[in-house]
Amino acid sequence: MSPHLELLVRLGDNDVVLAQRLGEWVGHGPVLEEDIALANVGLDLLGQGRMWLTYAGELEGEGRTEDDLAFLRDQHEYRNVQLVELPNGDFADTMARQLYFDHAHLLTLQGLARSADARIAEIAAKARKEVAYHVERSNDWVIRLGDGTEESHQRMQLAIDRLWPYTGEMFSADAVDIELAEGGTAPDPRALREPWLAAVGAVIAEATLAMPTGEWMQGARRGGGKQGVHTEHLGHLLAEMQFLQRAYPGASW
Amino acid sequence: MVVTIPTLAADAASLPPEGAQLEARGGPSLPTLAQAWDALGSVPDPEVPAISIVELGIVRDVSVVDGRFRVVVTPTYSGCPATGMIADMIRERLADIGVSDAELVTTLSPPWTTDWMSPEGKRKLTEYGIAPPRHVVNVAGISRMRKAVVPCPRCGSSATSLLSQFGSTACKAQYRCDDCREPFDYFKPH
Repeated sequence: MSPHLELLVRLGDNDVVLAQRLGEWVGHGPVLEEDIALANVGLDLLGQGRMWLTYAGELEGEGRTEDDLAFLRDQHEYRNVQLVELPNGDFADTMARQLYFDHAHLLTLQGLARSADARIAEIAAKARKEVAYHVERSNDWVIRLGDGTEESHQRMQLAIDRLWPYTGEMFSADAVDIELAEGGTAPDPRALREPWLAAVGAVIAEATLAMPTGEWMQGARRGGGKQGVHTEHLGHLLAEMQFLQRAYPGASW
Repeated sequence: MVVTIPTLAADAASLPPEGAQLEARGGPSLPTLAQAWDALGSVPDPEVPAISIVELGIVRDVSVVDGRFRVVVTPTYSGCPATGMIADMIRERLADIGVSDAELVTTLSPPWTTDWMSPEGKRKLTEYGIAPPRHVVNVAGISRMRKAVVPCPRCGSSATSLLSQFGSTACKAQYRCDDCREPFDYFKPH
Protein backbone atom coordinates (compact mmCIF):
# COMPACT_ATOMS: atom_id res chain seq x y z
CA MET A 1 0.00 0.00 0.00
CA SER A 2 1.15 3.53 -0.69
CA PRO A 3 1.50 5.79 2.36
CA HIS A 4 -1.50 7.76 1.11
CA LEU A 5 -3.66 4.62 1.01
CA GLU A 6 -2.30 3.49 4.41
CA LEU A 7 -3.45 6.78 5.91
CA LEU A 8 -6.99 6.45 4.60
CA VAL A 9 -7.29 2.88 5.82
CA ARG A 10 -5.91 3.79 9.26
CA LEU A 11 -8.40 6.62 9.59
CA GLY A 12 -11.29 4.53 8.34
CA ASP A 13 -10.45 1.52 10.49
CA ASN A 14 -10.25 3.58 13.69
CA ASP A 15 -13.76 4.86 12.97
CA VAL A 16 -15.30 1.55 11.95
CA VAL A 17 -13.84 -0.48 14.82
CA LEU A 18 -14.75 2.05 17.50
CA ALA A 19 -18.25 2.42 16.00
CA GLN A 20 -18.67 -1.35 16.29
CA ARG A 21 -17.56 -1.27 19.93
CA LEU A 22 -19.93 1.58 20.77
CA GLY A 23 -22.77 -0.23 19.05
CA GLU A 24 -22.27 -3.12 21.49
CA TRP A 25 -23.63 -0.83 24.20
CA VAL A 26 -27.06 -0.75 22.60
CA GLY A 27 -29.43 -2.43 25.01
CA HIS A 28 -26.76 -2.45 27.74
CA GLY A 29 -26.29 1.25 28.58
CA PRO A 30 -26.60 2.31 32.21
CA VAL A 31 -29.67 4.36 31.23
CA LEU A 32 -31.63 4.60 27.99
CA GLU A 33 -30.25 8.07 27.21
CA GLU A 34 -26.69 6.72 27.30
CA ASP A 35 -27.61 3.79 25.16
CA ILE A 36 -28.81 6.24 22.53
CA ALA A 37 -25.90 8.62 22.96
CA LEU A 38 -23.21 5.95 22.62
CA ALA A 39 -24.91 4.60 19.51
CA ASN A 40 -25.09 8.11 18.03
CA VAL A 41 -21.39 8.73 18.60
CA GLY A 42 -20.82 5.39 16.87
CA LEU A 43 -23.07 6.48 14.02
CA ASP A 44 -21.02 9.64 13.45
CA LEU A 45 -17.86 7.53 13.38
CA LEU A 46 -19.40 5.03 11.00
CA GLY A 47 -20.33 7.84 8.60
CA GLN A 48 -16.81 9.20 8.74
CA GLY A 49 -15.32 5.74 8.32
CA ARG A 50 -17.41 5.22 5.20
CA MET A 51 -16.01 8.39 3.64
CA TRP A 52 -12.40 7.38 4.37
CA LEU A 53 -12.80 3.80 3.14
CA THR A 54 -14.72 4.85 0.02
CA TYR A 55 -11.84 7.15 -0.85
CA ALA A 56 -9.35 4.38 -0.02
CA GLY A 57 -11.11 2.02 -2.41
CA GLU A 58 -11.07 4.62 -5.19
CA LEU A 59 -7.41 5.42 -4.63
CA GLU A 60 -6.49 1.75 -4.63
CA GLY A 61 -8.17 1.42 -8.03
CA GLU A 62 -9.00 -2.27 -7.75
CA GLY A 63 -12.73 -1.78 -7.52
CA ARG A 64 -13.04 -2.41 -3.79
CA THR A 65 -15.91 -0.59 -2.10
CA GLU A 66 -16.22 0.62 1.47
CA ASP A 67 -18.11 -2.60 2.23
CA ASP A 68 -15.42 -4.82 0.70
CA LEU A 69 -12.82 -3.09 2.85
CA ALA A 70 -14.86 -3.24 6.04
CA PHE A 71 -16.25 -6.75 5.76
CA LEU A 72 -13.72 -8.73 3.77
CA ARG A 73 -10.38 -7.92 5.37
CA ASP A 74 -8.84 -10.03 8.12
CA GLN A 75 -7.47 -8.61 11.32
CA HIS A 76 -3.83 -8.37 10.17
CA GLU A 77 -5.07 -6.12 7.35
CA TYR A 78 -6.80 -3.77 9.77
CA ARG A 79 -4.84 -0.62 10.60
CA ASN A 80 -6.69 0.84 13.59
CA VAL A 81 -4.84 1.68 16.80
CA GLN A 82 -5.20 -0.95 19.51
CA LEU A 83 -6.98 1.46 21.86
CA VAL A 84 -10.21 1.41 19.84
CA GLU A 85 -10.48 -2.38 19.65
CA LEU A 86 -10.29 -2.93 23.41
CA PRO A 87 -13.43 -4.36 24.99
CA ASN A 88 -15.93 -1.88 26.38
CA GLY A 89 -15.38 -2.84 30.02
CA ASP A 90 -17.60 -0.85 32.35
CA PHE A 91 -18.98 2.60 31.57
CA ALA A 92 -15.86 4.25 33.02
CA ASP A 93 -13.60 2.18 30.74
CA THR A 94 -15.68 3.16 27.72
CA MET A 95 -15.58 6.85 28.64
CA ALA A 96 -11.84 6.76 29.36
CA ARG A 97 -11.22 5.19 25.95
CA GLN A 98 -13.47 7.83 24.43
CA LEU A 99 -11.69 10.69 26.23
CA TYR A 100 -8.28 9.52 25.03
CA PHE A 101 -9.38 8.80 21.49
CA ASP A 102 -11.66 11.81 20.95
CA HIS A 103 -8.97 14.34 21.84
CA ALA A 104 -6.41 12.66 19.60
CA HIS A 105 -9.04 12.32 16.88
CA LEU A 106 -9.90 16.03 17.02
CA LEU A 107 -6.25 17.10 16.86
CA THR A 108 -5.66 14.75 13.92
CA LEU A 109 -8.69 16.05 12.03
CA GLN A 110 -7.70 19.65 12.66
CA GLY A 111 -4.35 18.85 11.03
CA LEU A 112 -5.96 16.91 8.20
CA ALA A 113 -8.33 19.81 7.48
CA ARG A 114 -5.20 21.58 6.19
CA SER A 115 -4.07 18.57 4.14
CA ALA A 116 -2.46 19.06 0.73
CA ASP A 117 -5.02 16.51 -0.48
CA ALA A 118 -8.21 18.54 -0.97
CA ARG A 119 -10.52 15.56 -0.54
CA ILE A 120 -8.90 14.58 2.76
CA ALA A 121 -9.21 18.21 3.89
CA GLU A 122 -12.93 18.25 3.05
CA ILE A 123 -13.75 15.04 4.87
CA ALA A 124 -11.71 16.17 7.89
CA ALA A 125 -13.41 19.58 7.99
CA LYS A 126 -16.78 17.86 8.11
CA ALA A 127 -15.77 15.19 10.64
CA ARG A 128 -14.08 17.54 13.08
CA LYS A 129 -17.35 19.35 13.81
CA GLU A 130 -18.87 16.08 14.91
CA VAL A 131 -15.80 15.04 16.87
CA ALA A 132 -15.69 18.39 18.69
CA TYR A 133 -19.04 17.40 20.14
CA HIS A 134 -17.74 13.94 21.08
CA VAL A 135 -14.92 15.66 22.95
CA GLU A 136 -17.40 17.77 24.91
CA ARG A 137 -19.43 14.75 25.83
CA SER A 138 -16.44 12.68 26.93
CA ASN A 139 -15.04 15.57 28.97
CA ASP A 140 -18.40 15.95 30.65
CA TRP A 141 -18.66 12.32 31.66
CA VAL A 142 -15.10 11.94 32.89
CA ILE A 143 -15.51 15.07 35.03
CA ARG A 144 -18.88 13.94 36.30
CA LEU A 145 -17.68 10.46 37.26
CA GLY A 146 -14.25 11.53 38.52
CA ASP A 147 -15.70 14.34 40.60
CA GLY A 148 -18.66 12.21 41.64
CA THR A 149 -19.08 9.61 44.35
CA GLU A 150 -16.23 7.71 45.97
CA GLU A 151 -17.14 4.67 43.89
CA SER A 152 -17.37 6.52 40.55
CA HIS A 153 -14.12 8.38 41.29
CA GLN A 154 -12.28 5.16 42.01
CA ARG A 155 -13.58 3.40 38.91
CA MET A 156 -12.84 6.36 36.66
CA GLN A 157 -9.28 6.47 38.00
CA LEU A 158 -8.85 2.74 37.40
CA ALA A 159 -10.11 3.14 33.85
CA ILE A 160 -7.80 5.98 32.86
CA ASP A 161 -4.86 4.12 34.41
CA ARG A 162 -5.74 0.84 32.70
CA LEU A 163 -6.03 2.34 29.22
CA TRP A 164 -3.11 4.73 29.54
CA PRO A 165 -0.47 2.45 27.95
CA TYR A 166 -2.54 2.26 24.76
CA THR A 167 -2.41 6.01 24.23
CA GLY A 168 1.27 5.92 23.23
CA GLU A 169 0.54 4.39 19.85
CA MET A 170 -1.53 7.39 18.75
CA PHE A 171 1.54 9.62 18.95
CA SER A 172 4.19 7.32 17.52
CA ALA A 173 5.29 7.77 13.92
CA ASP A 174 6.45 5.13 11.45
CA ALA A 175 7.87 5.64 7.94
CA VAL A 176 4.35 6.11 6.58
CA ASP A 177 3.53 8.89 9.06
CA ILE A 178 6.83 10.65 8.44
CA GLU A 179 6.47 10.60 4.67
CA LEU A 180 2.90 11.92 4.87
CA ALA A 181 3.88 14.66 7.30
CA GLU A 182 6.76 15.77 5.10
CA GLY A 183 4.47 15.91 2.08
CA GLY A 184 1.87 17.99 3.94
CA THR A 185 -0.77 15.28 3.64
CA ALA A 186 -1.21 14.61 7.36
CA PRO A 187 0.05 16.04 10.66
CA ASP A 188 3.02 14.34 12.33
CA PRO A 189 1.46 12.29 15.17
CA ARG A 190 4.45 13.05 17.43
CA ALA A 191 3.59 16.76 17.28
CA LEU A 192 0.08 16.07 18.60
CA ARG A 193 1.20 14.57 21.91
CA GLU A 194 1.87 17.85 23.73
CA PRO A 195 -1.46 19.51 22.88
CA TRP A 196 -3.19 16.21 23.66
CA LEU A 197 -1.52 15.96 27.06
CA ALA A 198 -2.55 19.53 27.84
CA ALA A 199 -6.19 18.99 26.81
CA VAL A 200 -6.63 15.59 28.45
CA GLY A 201 -4.67 16.72 31.51
CA ALA A 202 -7.02 19.67 32.03
CA VAL A 203 -10.04 17.37 32.03
CA ILE A 204 -8.41 14.82 34.33
CA ALA A 205 -7.46 17.63 36.74
CA GLU A 206 -11.00 19.07 36.70
CA ALA A 207 -12.28 15.55 37.36
CA THR A 208 -10.08 15.48 40.51
CA LEU A 209 -8.27 12.45 39.10
CA ALA A 210 -4.53 11.77 39.00
CA MET A 211 -2.87 11.97 35.58
CA PRO A 212 -1.24 8.64 34.69
CA THR A 213 2.53 8.85 34.35
CA GLY A 214 3.53 5.36 33.18
CA GLU A 215 6.15 5.21 30.43
CA TRP A 216 5.40 1.65 29.29
CA MET A 217 4.24 1.53 25.65
CA GLN A 218 4.85 5.27 25.27
CA GLY A 219 7.36 6.70 22.79
CA ALA A 220 8.86 4.89 19.78
CA ARG A 221 7.35 1.49 19.01
CA ARG A 222 8.21 -1.44 16.83
CA GLY A 223 4.71 -2.45 15.88
CA GLY A 224 1.11 -1.88 16.82
CA GLY A 225 -2.33 -1.66 15.31
CA LYS A 226 -1.23 0.82 12.64
CA GLN A 227 1.13 -1.88 11.32
CA GLY A 228 -1.51 -4.61 11.56
CA VAL A 229 -0.39 -6.01 14.94
CA HIS A 230 -3.47 -6.27 17.13
CA THR A 231 -4.60 -7.46 20.52
CA GLU A 232 -6.49 -10.73 20.80
CA HIS A 233 -9.73 -8.74 20.91
CA LEU A 234 -9.92 -7.53 17.30
CA GLY A 235 -10.44 -10.97 15.77
CA HIS A 236 -13.50 -11.57 17.93
CA LEU A 237 -14.90 -8.14 17.06
CA LEU A 238 -14.47 -8.76 13.33
CA ALA A 239 -15.95 -12.25 13.57
CA GLU A 240 -19.17 -10.72 14.77
CA MET A 241 -19.08 -7.64 12.53
CA GLN A 242 -18.24 -9.58 9.36
CA PHE A 243 -20.34 -12.68 9.96
CA LEU A 244 -23.17 -11.83 7.60
CA GLN A 245 -21.00 -10.93 4.61
CA ARG A 246 -18.75 -13.92 5.18
CA ALA A 247 -21.65 -16.35 5.49
CA TYR A 248 -23.80 -14.81 2.75
CA PRO A 249 -21.39 -13.06 0.34
CA GLY A 250 -22.91 -10.03 -1.33
CA ALA A 251 -26.07 -10.07 0.80
CA SER A 252 -27.84 -6.70 0.83
CA TRP A 253 -31.23 -5.26 1.64
CA MET B 1 -15.43 16.74 -3.67
CA VAL B 2 -18.30 16.14 -6.01
CA VAL B 3 -19.87 12.71 -6.14
CA THR B 4 -22.90 11.77 -8.15
CA ILE B 5 -25.35 9.74 -6.10
CA PRO B 6 -26.04 6.54 -8.00
CA THR B 7 -29.66 6.36 -8.91
CA LEU B 8 -31.72 3.47 -7.63
CA ALA B 9 -34.43 4.20 -10.12
CA ALA B 10 -32.50 4.63 -13.34
CA ASP B 11 -35.08 2.78 -15.34
CA ALA B 12 -38.02 4.49 -13.73
CA ALA B 13 -36.34 7.86 -14.21
CA SER B 14 -36.32 7.44 -17.95
CA LEU B 15 -40.08 7.10 -18.02
CA PRO B 16 -42.24 10.22 -18.10
CA PRO B 17 -44.25 10.82 -14.92
CA GLU B 18 -47.82 9.71 -15.02
CA GLY B 19 -49.99 12.21 -16.83
CA ALA B 20 -47.06 14.17 -18.26
CA GLN B 21 -46.87 14.93 -21.93
CA LEU B 22 -44.11 13.06 -23.68
CA GLU B 23 -42.63 16.17 -25.25
CA ALA B 24 -42.46 17.94 -21.90
CA ARG B 25 -39.07 16.54 -20.94
CA GLY B 26 -36.38 19.02 -21.92
CA GLY B 27 -38.97 20.88 -23.92
CA PRO B 28 -40.40 24.35 -23.46
CA SER B 29 -42.51 23.31 -20.45
CA LEU B 30 -39.50 22.53 -18.25
CA PRO B 31 -40.27 24.07 -14.85
CA THR B 32 -38.48 27.20 -13.76
CA LEU B 33 -35.82 27.22 -11.07
CA ALA B 34 -38.30 28.92 -8.73
CA GLN B 35 -40.77 26.10 -9.32
CA ALA B 36 -38.06 23.54 -8.60
CA TRP B 37 -37.13 25.33 -5.33
CA ASP B 38 -40.83 25.38 -4.41
CA ALA B 39 -41.10 21.66 -5.08
CA LEU B 40 -38.03 20.90 -2.95
CA GLY B 41 -39.51 23.13 -0.27
CA SER B 42 -42.28 20.58 0.12
CA VAL B 43 -39.89 17.67 0.76
CA PRO B 44 -39.91 17.08 4.53
CA ASP B 45 -36.85 16.00 6.47
CA PRO B 46 -37.69 12.32 7.06
CA GLU B 47 -36.56 12.47 10.70
CA VAL B 48 -37.88 15.95 11.53
CA PRO B 49 -40.94 16.18 9.25
CA ALA B 50 -41.95 19.59 10.64
CA ILE B 51 -39.39 21.29 8.40
CA SER B 52 -38.42 20.90 4.78
CA ILE B 53 -34.98 20.03 3.45
CA VAL B 54 -34.74 23.60 2.12
CA GLU B 55 -35.49 25.09 5.54
CA LEU B 56 -32.94 22.69 7.02
CA GLY B 57 -30.34 24.22 4.69
CA ILE B 58 -29.13 21.04 3.03
CA VAL B 59 -30.20 21.98 -0.51
CA ARG B 60 -27.23 24.10 -1.53
CA ASP B 61 -27.97 24.85 -5.17
CA VAL B 62 -30.44 24.22 -7.96
CA SER B 63 -29.40 24.95 -11.52
CA VAL B 64 -29.91 23.86 -15.09
CA VAL B 65 -26.79 22.59 -16.80
CA ASP B 66 -27.09 21.80 -20.53
CA GLY B 67 -30.86 21.56 -20.25
CA ARG B 68 -30.71 19.20 -17.23
CA PHE B 69 -31.66 20.02 -13.67
CA ARG B 70 -28.84 19.75 -11.18
CA VAL B 71 -29.47 19.71 -7.43
CA VAL B 72 -26.60 20.04 -4.98
CA VAL B 73 -27.20 18.67 -1.48
CA THR B 74 -24.97 18.38 1.56
CA PRO B 75 -25.38 15.86 4.37
CA THR B 76 -26.13 17.07 7.91
CA TYR B 77 -24.11 14.52 9.89
CA SER B 78 -21.70 12.06 8.26
CA GLY B 79 -23.66 9.11 9.56
CA CYS B 80 -27.16 10.47 9.01
CA PRO B 81 -29.19 7.43 7.94
CA ALA B 82 -31.75 9.63 6.16
CA THR B 83 -29.32 10.77 3.44
CA GLY B 84 -30.27 8.05 0.94
CA MET B 85 -33.96 8.48 1.61
CA ILE B 86 -33.71 12.25 1.07
CA ALA B 87 -32.10 11.67 -2.33
CA ASP B 88 -34.96 9.37 -3.35
CA MET B 89 -37.56 11.88 -2.13
CA ILE B 90 -35.91 14.69 -4.11
CA ARG B 91 -36.07 12.60 -7.28
CA GLU B 92 -39.70 11.71 -6.70
CA ARG B 93 -40.74 15.29 -6.02
CA LEU B 94 -38.93 16.62 -9.07
CA ALA B 95 -40.52 13.90 -11.20
CA ASP B 96 -43.90 15.21 -9.99
CA ILE B 97 -43.19 18.54 -11.69
CA GLY B 98 -41.92 16.92 -14.86
CA VAL B 99 -38.17 16.68 -14.15
CA SER B 100 -37.32 13.03 -14.53
CA ASP B 101 -33.59 13.13 -15.16
CA ALA B 102 -32.27 15.48 -12.48
CA GLU B 103 -28.64 15.10 -11.54
CA LEU B 104 -28.10 14.83 -7.79
CA VAL B 105 -24.74 15.94 -6.51
CA THR B 106 -23.48 15.56 -2.94
CA THR B 107 -20.98 18.07 -1.65
CA LEU B 108 -19.13 18.04 1.68
CA SER B 109 -17.60 21.47 1.51
CA PRO B 110 -18.33 23.82 3.12
CA PRO B 111 -19.70 21.50 5.81
CA TRP B 112 -23.35 21.90 6.77
CA THR B 113 -24.09 24.17 9.70
CA THR B 114 -27.30 24.92 11.56
CA ASP B 115 -26.60 28.58 10.70
CA TRP B 116 -28.11 27.68 7.33
CA MET B 117 -31.42 26.78 8.90
CA SER B 118 -33.99 29.42 7.92
CA PRO B 119 -35.78 31.55 10.54
CA GLU B 120 -39.02 30.03 9.28
CA GLY B 121 -37.55 26.56 9.84
CA LYS B 122 -36.61 27.48 13.39
CA ARG B 123 -40.10 28.81 14.06
CA LYS B 124 -41.67 25.58 12.76
CA LEU B 125 -39.34 23.49 14.91
CA THR B 126 -40.45 25.34 18.04
CA GLU B 127 -44.08 24.88 17.06
CA TYR B 128 -43.42 21.17 16.61
CA GLY B 129 -41.96 20.92 20.13
CA ILE B 130 -38.26 20.90 19.25
CA ALA B 131 -36.09 23.72 20.59
CA PRO B 132 -34.19 25.27 17.65
CA PRO B 133 -30.37 25.58 17.67
CA ARG B 134 -29.15 28.47 19.82
CA HIS B 135 -25.41 28.86 19.86
CA VAL B 136 -22.35 27.47 18.11
CA VAL B 137 -20.33 24.80 19.90
CA ASN B 138 -17.00 25.95 21.23
CA VAL B 139 -14.63 23.62 19.41
CA ALA B 140 -11.70 23.98 21.78
CA GLY B 141 -13.06 24.26 25.29
CA ILE B 142 -14.28 21.94 27.96
CA SER B 143 -18.04 21.47 27.78
CA ARG B 144 -20.15 24.50 28.46
CA MET B 145 -23.26 23.01 26.94
CA ARG B 146 -24.99 22.39 30.25
CA LYS B 147 -24.69 26.07 30.99
CA ALA B 148 -26.33 27.14 27.73
CA VAL B 149 -29.88 28.45 28.11
CA VAL B 150 -32.29 26.47 25.96
CA PRO B 151 -35.85 27.73 26.43
CA CYS B 152 -38.61 25.16 26.65
CA PRO B 153 -40.48 25.01 23.30
CA ARG B 154 -43.75 24.32 25.13
CA CYS B 155 -43.97 26.84 27.97
CA GLY B 156 -41.07 29.16 27.11
CA SER B 157 -39.37 28.78 30.50
CA SER B 158 -35.62 29.23 30.60
CA ALA B 159 -35.30 26.84 33.53
CA THR B 160 -34.33 23.71 31.61
CA SER B 161 -31.73 20.97 32.13
CA LEU B 162 -29.70 18.84 29.78
CA LEU B 163 -30.57 15.15 30.11
CA SER B 164 -28.31 13.74 27.41
CA GLN B 165 -26.13 15.12 24.62
CA PHE B 166 -28.03 12.98 22.12
CA GLY B 167 -31.77 12.67 21.62
CA SER B 168 -33.94 10.72 19.21
CA THR B 169 -31.56 11.39 16.32
CA ALA B 170 -27.87 12.32 15.93
CA CYS B 171 -28.81 15.97 15.35
CA LYS B 172 -30.64 16.43 18.65
CA ALA B 173 -29.96 16.54 22.39
CA GLN B 174 -32.43 15.77 25.18
CA TYR B 175 -33.59 18.40 27.66
CA ARG B 176 -36.20 18.65 30.37
CA CYS B 177 -38.16 21.71 31.37
CA ASP B 178 -37.83 22.28 35.12
CA ASP B 179 -41.07 24.30 35.18
CA CYS B 180 -43.60 22.37 33.08
CA ARG B 181 -41.61 19.11 33.57
CA GLU B 182 -41.92 18.13 29.91
CA PRO B 183 -38.92 16.48 28.28
CA PHE B 184 -38.07 17.87 24.84
CA ASP B 185 -35.60 17.54 21.99
CA TYR B 186 -33.10 20.30 21.28
CA PHE B 187 -31.77 20.62 17.75
CA LYS B 188 -28.03 20.89 18.46
CA PRO B 189 -26.12 23.85 17.08
CA HIS B 190 -23.60 22.46 14.61
